[in-house]
Amino acid sequence: MSQEKITLEVFRFRPEQEDNPVFQSYEVPLRKDWVVLDALNYIKDYLDGTLSYRWSCRMGVCGSCGMMVNGTPVLTCATFLQKFAPGPIRVEPLSNFPVVRDLVIEMTDFMEKLKKVKPWIIRKDNQEGPEGEFIQTPSQLADYKQYSMCINCMLCYSACPVYGLEPGFTGPAAIALAQRYNMDNRDEGQEQRMELLSTDDGIWQCTFVGECSEVCPKNVDPAGAIQRYKVAGATDWWKSFLMPWAKP
Amino acid sequence: MDSKKYKPQMGIFWWTDRWSSIKFILRELTSVAVAVYSIIFLFYVSSILQGKKTFEEFSESLKSPAFIALHCFILLCLVFHSITWFNLAPQAMVIKLGEKKVPGIVVALMNYAGWFFISLAILWLVTNLLGT
Amino acid sequence: MVHFKSECDVLIIGAGGAGLRAAIAAAEANPKLKIGVISKVYPMRSHTVSAEGGAAAVIKSNDSTDYHAYDTISGGDWMSDQDAVEFFVNEAPKEMLRLEHWGCPWSRQDNGTVAVRPFGGMKIERTWFAADKTGFHMLHTLFQHTLKYDQIQRYDEFFVTKLIVDNGQCCGAVAIELATGKIFSIAAKAVIICTGGCGKIFPYTTNANIKTGDGMALAYRAGVALKDMEFVQYHPTGLPFTGILITEATRSEGGYMLNKDGYRYLQDYDLGKPQPKPVLRSMELGPRDRLSQAFVKEQEKGRTLKGAYGDFVYLDIRHLGEKTINAKLPFVRELCLKYENIDPIKEMIPVRPVVHYMMGGIHTDIDGATSLAGLYAAGETACVSINGANRLGSNSLTELLVFGSRAGKSAAEFASRINSSNFSIDSIANDEIKKLENFFVRRINGSEKIVEIRKEMHKSMEEGAGIYRSEKKKKKSQSAIASLQQRVQNISISDHSATFNTELISAIELSYMLDVAEAVVQSALQRKESRGSHQRTDYPKRDDQKFLSHSLAYRKDLSLPEIKYAPVTITKWPPGERVYGR
Repeated sequence: MSQEKITLEVFRFRPEQEDNPVFQSYEVPLRKDWVVLDALNYIKDYLDGTLSYRWSCRMGVCGSCGMMVNGTPVLTCATFLQKFAPGPIRVEPLSNFPVVRDLVIEMTDFMEKLKKVKPWIIRKDNQEGPEGEFIQTPSQLADYKQYSMCINCMLCYSACPVYGLEPGFTGPAAIALAQRYNMDNRDEGQEQRMELLSTDDGIWQCTFVGECSEVCPKNVDPAGAIQRYKVAGATDWWKSFLMPWAKP
Repeated sequence: MDSKKYKPQMGIFWWTDRWSSIKFILRELTSVAVAVYSIIFLFYVSSILQGKKTFEEFSESLKSPAFIALHCFILLCLVFHSITWFNLAPQAMVIKLGEKKVPGIVVALMNYAGWFFISLAILWLVTNLLGT
Repeated sequence: MVHFKSECDVLIIGAGGAGLRAAIAAAEANPKLKIGVISKVYPMRSHTVSAEGGAAAVIKSNDSTDYHAYDTISGGDWMSDQDAVEFFVNEAPKEMLRLEHWGCPWSRQDNGTVAVRPFGGMKIERTWFAADKTGFHMLHTLFQHTLKYDQIQRYDEFFVTKLIVDNGQCCGAVAIELATGKIFSIAAKAVIICTGGCGKIFPYTTNANIKTGDGMALAYRAGVALKDMEFVQYHPTGLPFTGILITEATRSEGGYMLNKDGYRYLQDYDLGKPQPKPVLRSMELGPRDRLSQAFVKEQEKGRTLKGAYGDFVYLDIRHLGEKTINAKLPFVRELCLKYENIDPIKEMIPVRPVVHYMMGGIHTDIDGATSLAGLYAAGETACVSINGANRLGSNSLTELLVFGSRAGKSAAEFASRINSSNFSIDSIANDEIKKLENFFVRRINGSEKIVEIRKEMHKSMEEGAGIYRSEKKKKKSQSAIASLQQRVQNISISDHSATFNTELISAIELSYMLDVAEAVVQSALQRKESRGSHQRTDYPKRDDQKFLSHSLAYRKDLSLPEIKYAPVTITKWPPGERVYGR
């Protein structure tokens, strides 16, 4: 059976073998229901067992398989080959991150930033909660729900030029997550987080390029979260400037 | 960790890779146009202080095609900046009326409406105060 | 040979729902303990993330824990240990409330209290849900909450190759750090396995790529029994290629199941007559296992379709119209469009039964303790057993919390009692490191391909341990798996890099899967009855006289596993018949 084919130009970097990355071409079947990740799996199984990349759920929720496909950060499990026919398709690791090997990026930096923004419910009395559940109306849930949908896929970091130029920047997903807890009516940790995020590496580094929200596969809108944070930060500052006697 | 990593570098022209980045950089560059306009305006004001003659000379030179072209360009930049900015506004301003979130497009339209009416007010001021 | 060392008090293997819950419980039980959490992927990649439906716990006044217990036990065809079920249903609401306090975005009623919805097999609605992403929200809430505890130390992207057992006690693990290839021994006073299921031993599964039964194999190799491994839950409507699950809602809205002739074949299997509107408990809305079984019968008659990824039938929802599909089934349409390039408004959806969940797992008691001192297990990887012969929908997420927490607490208490360890960890770890280096890293001349062995394993599991089982088919699978066990010893690995060597990991995972597969086949062969998800064509009836007992598979080095039996605990609910309405 003759089968249509498409070429993938895949970024290779093997630290024991080469100082600089190279591109390697592979020819894979072009099928209607195949995504870029399926093509990588085909390569791994049949063409070249040494290709390294991360993947798991193949249904867009585990966040493992983000890569640059023809220059755009995407989840490879949700990007059909057909879209790029007749090819070739260029597959690279997510931009702005150090590359461990091939398509695998180093993301410990993000994991540290995540912890820094205190993404857990903070209560002033240090008590865990009432006897039953906290009361939270559907409208209060809707206030933060969007920001809770982040799957930590790192596409936003790779789309963010600020993060590329200033790796110290806390970055879109972490700030959106801080905002997710700030806007949750069960949480009382806004001030603690504001202290952390109004520093140099926090919200004010963001120049509102807006690309993070464009590439987000879950419509989290981190750019929006950061701008809202800025509005809140500015309001706080004016309040304390105009009314220094009033405690925030 | 000790194994060697590849660290990609961003070149100075990173923003030329993507149309969206180009648009972003253009938006940022419009601030240069604003700065240029402000400087011209400051010179204009100072010419008033230097007496009627200087003021008239300066006003005359502003009518030159080069200056008109420059002002048109600056206006274009400002319109571009305003439009891109207002389109982004709903992301930064989330307004709730009671339980309901006001849709983004309404927030953007409110901004446009504000822009329109303030422009109208300025036009009225200019024509009525300077016209007489 | 370099040997890196690390240590902690309680070591948790696996950072999904159960592992993270166990970590928090251990940290709370004794704040002085150092808790290690080791996972082959970053915690938020764990498969808990994919669960959609919800988590069952009694909270509304019209419900009772006895109802929940009865639904669980009858759903499990009386194979559940009823003391464990009673503990489970009583703890469930407390656990779910704690998760609420930690920030889980549960869907709400208008008055701001938690909303619950009905689920298959339940008398009264008691499923808590967070829209259609319940597992995702639970996992992220748990993960983010663990960040609060400084004594929880993570080993992200470390792959465990062996449990260290000395003097009859589990005292740590050997693991490879993926990014560097460094081999670590991690000493611990207690170890909890929370590595999830092993759906990947089957060709068609909803399970993610990482679900290769690692923890089950680790415990099995350490001499602990795998319990009730013959019980494998299928979901009748998964996409053949990706295993993506198409929810029951498609059928309750009125979707048709069609064979290759466009015929609603379920009418031939004692599931009622076709009606224009969906009728509860009839046709497409019959019980899951019956639907899966009907598929196999159609397949035998040659009335299914042949596709690139095996046989399938169609689920047709086109007649519902664009409006209904977009309003009521948006997530189904999104999944089909985004991940398989099929538009269910215009096209029929190819579906087939897919493996969804393992009822069996590492044999534990109600505290999550195994027969090996210092070793605990919780979650899908463990078998307490509350799920019996067939798991009730939306019990698995709750189980993660209840038994994750219980195992964490028990392990912490155990670790607190033990003084500084006198185990010969170093020599055991050195042996393992030597083995790893010889067996995998320096192996160049192996001739067996990973993909070929995996495919053959899939084939024999589908044939011998599929929906319908028989002596003959099973025997064939048994010998096939045994020969694959030999062949995997001669695997070829083309990647010799120490850095993020995923081929090496796949090879080890494959050997884990074969061990687990062997236990599944052997347990199924010995259970000569049909019960819950275990259906045999040669023994079609349930046999409480002989088989109201848990199977325990013990690994033997050079022969087939040995199967022993342990009694089922019955407290209040004597075995009855599992009735399907109608």
